[in-house]
Amino acid sequence: MILDLAFIWAGLIAFAVLAYVILDGFDLGVGILFPLMRTEADKDLAMNTVAPVWDGNETWLVLGGGGLFAVFPLAYAVIMPALYVPIIVMLLALVFRGVAFEFRWRTRRAKFLWDLSFFGGSLVATFAQGVALGALVQGIAVEGRAYAGGNWDWLTPFSVLTGVALVAGYAMLGATWLVMKTDGPVRSVAHRLSRWLGGATLALVGLVSLITPFLNPLYLERWFTFPNALFSAFVPALILIAAYLFHKGLREGRDTWPFLSALALFVLSFMGLGISFYPYMVPPSLTIREVAAPDESLWFLLAGALVLVPMILAYTGYAYWVFRGKVDPAGGYH
Amino acid sequence: MFGLDAIELARIQFAFTVSFHIIFPAFSIGLASYLAVLNGLHLWTGRDVYLTLFNYWKKIFAVAFGMGVVSGIVMSYQFGTNWSVFADKAGPVIGPLMGYEVLSAFFLEAGFLGVMLFGRDKVGARAHFLATLMVALGTLGSAFWILSVNSWMQTPQGHAINDVGQFVPVDWWAIVFNPSFPYRLVHMVLAAYLTTALVVGAVGGWHLLRDRAHAGARTMFSMAMGMLIVVAPLQIFAGDLYGLNTLEHQPAKIAAMEGHFEPHPEGGAPLILFGIPDADNERVAYKVEIPYLSSLILTHDLTSPLPGLTDFPADERPPVGIVFWSFRVMVALGFAMLGLGLWALVLRLRGTMYDRRWLHRAAIAMGPAGFVAVLAGWITTEVGRQPWTVYGLLSTNDSVAPVEAAAVGASLVAFILIYFTLFGAGTFYILRLMGKRPDGGTPMRDLGPTRAAGVTPAPAVDDTFIPAE
Repeated sequence: MILDLAFIWAGLIAFAVLAYVILDGFDLGVGILFPLMRTEADKDLAMNTVAPVWDGNETWLVLGGGGLFAVFPLAYAVIMPALYVPIIVMLLALVFRGVAFEFRWRTRRAKFLWDLSFFGGSLVATFAQGVALGALVQGIAVEGRAYAGGNWDWLTPFSVLTGVALVAGYAMLGATWLVMKTDGPVRSVAHRLSRWLGGATLALVGLVSLITPFLNPLYLERWFTFPNALFSAFVPALILIAAYLFHKGLREGRDTWPFLSALALFVLSFMGLGISFYPYMVPPSLTIREVAAPDESLWFLLAGALVLVPMILAYTGYAYWVFRGKVDPAGGYH
Repeated sequence: MFGLDAIELARIQFAFTVSFHIIFPAFSIGLASYLAVLNGLHLWTGRDVYLTLFNYWKKIFAVAFGMGVVSGIVMSYQFGTNWSVFADKAGPVIGPLMGYEVLSAFFLEAGFLGVMLFGRDKVGARAHFLATLMVALGTLGSAFWILSVNSWMQTPQGHAINDVGQFVPVDWWAIVFNPSFPYRLVHMVLAAYLTTALVVGAVGGWHLLRDRAHAGARTMFSMAMGMLIVVAPLQIFAGDLYGLNTLEHQPAKIAAMEGHFEPHPEGGAPLILFGIPDADNERVAYKVEIPYLSSLILTHDLTSPLPGLTDFPADERPPVGIVFWSFRVMVALGFAMLGLGLWALVLRLRGTMYDRRWLHRAAIAMGPAGFVAVLAGWITTEVGRQPWTVYGLLSTNDSVAPVEAAAVGASLVAFILIYFTLFGAGTFYILRLMGKRPDGGTPMRDLGPTRAAGVTPAPAVDDTFIPAE
């Protein structure tokens, strides 16, 4: 076979994870920035920019987990116990923020509690996701077909750094999203924050990128030996271009540019990760091929995915199109 | 932790999180269909009362659906965090089915939810109805796939076992449409519709007690009671068929449900109505039984053999006490639902359905019955599957993840505290929404003294309403 099913699926799962990161990224980011909105009306407006789409955004997380279970069951069975604590913390934090979308409209007295729940849940979920990513990058101990480490192996300075970097990154996505979707005081707060968060994200991503090659000889070889280095240099160069457009868009008041550049920044960082990982699914021990389900499983789901994923993209696009443009502060059904 | 080992804690955690989760889909599957019907009826008849009710239940749906989403994400990760050996072994078979659930159902409902909740003004009535329909289809699609997964774990077929011990698919058709799946899908979807009908009926009853002329309250009460009298008998029939299927494929579960320790090789098994199962001494104490009835129900004759728990090795029997009691709770509630539906039908035919306050009170009392019955039913079937995760092939003890008891215990405590607090608050908000009257309907007392004592003919249109769905 010219095209290997396991690699097609690795690409699709990577796409699902990326879709999740950029989509839920901006709505988690809006949550992280929530306390910086000054008035009740500003908070309501910020939340209403994401209320119609957050359910769909979070479904990509279910696809990431469910998809891994379906096509790379061994990776799922090794990664989840290894990252038990950050995953459970993330799930619980998502509960806190998810319920806040409806609950905060149902009470006046306790509204501040759900504002706090929305902010805290968004912040903790993001940090836990970043920690989980860092823990996966630094490697997971495997023996036979199971995780062979302890409860706290995931916790290292590096994983904390990736956690902080993701918080900055999602906050940047959230701020630029608000610049694009709102007017007035919310936009001006978000505009000021965007510049600052963009710089912080770039610095943190740079720091993580500098450390990563030294975690694993494989990464070092991937990034710094000829001819790979030529290709690898592509990614950092494109990141710089995205950073320039981000800055230019903010300065010139082109309100969609910063968000799109921030998305590009995420896509490029994600590609960088992919370059580091390939061909491993669970570094440093399990490759994509080793963790893949049998071809019968891969075929069966691929047939459906080829039909359904384009449909999903179409109606998700439709939902975003329905709610396009700057959000009207008087809108919303609540 | 608490003198429990890692596997017991993991089992409690899964039972707790999945029990909490199923409450929301059991409600939202039915409610999504109800919303689609209300939206469609408004489009078709143009009557305001349907749109009023749609907007009323939409808010309740949004709160319940949000809780269902966040508690559902937890489930999709728990197979890995706590049952990783099971995930590795069964993943190639059930993973793709869950993948189809996400791709065909979750995205559909989540994708159109925003348009359904916020978009009516932006897309127009027709597209808004279609969006509502897509949400309803999504909830039903999700029931289809997850019931297929769970049914395969109950009655596995269509697979082989490879050299590393994984279940691998051989015949997808056989896997998806495994022997217990059709019965269990029908049973669950009907249960979701009953659950919703009971909640809608209770809310309708609540507002009828305050104002028996309220058009919105009348319409929803009428629709709910109509639904009940159609679906409750169907559900009892479907449950009976499912029982026969279980007898064929999981006889130990049936024996536990019936409380039969001794086999009845010549048939004539009595139906034990009540009693206290005593697994150690293999008997049921203080039992009240009806001779021959169990055989009649399960084999439809008096001479076919019926197995007992003692036919199975002691370590392959499900925990009989839980299964015995949860089954009785479910069945009793099922007949109570039928009773409520019949009562309402009789009063409807006499033209007094909106006036008899005891009927409205009974409907309120039965409001939570669907949830209790759904939980009792799931406890019956899941505990009845023990000691297996994949029936007869993979034991629960061999499925658990290598996570230390301390971590599982801590996460269990966190789940219990957070779920009770947050979902408790959500339930409170839902009840408060339900306590408000659907606006739009004009209560008679507001129309002035000349008509306050009389009966206006206008709401009588509702009486001719055909139960939907």
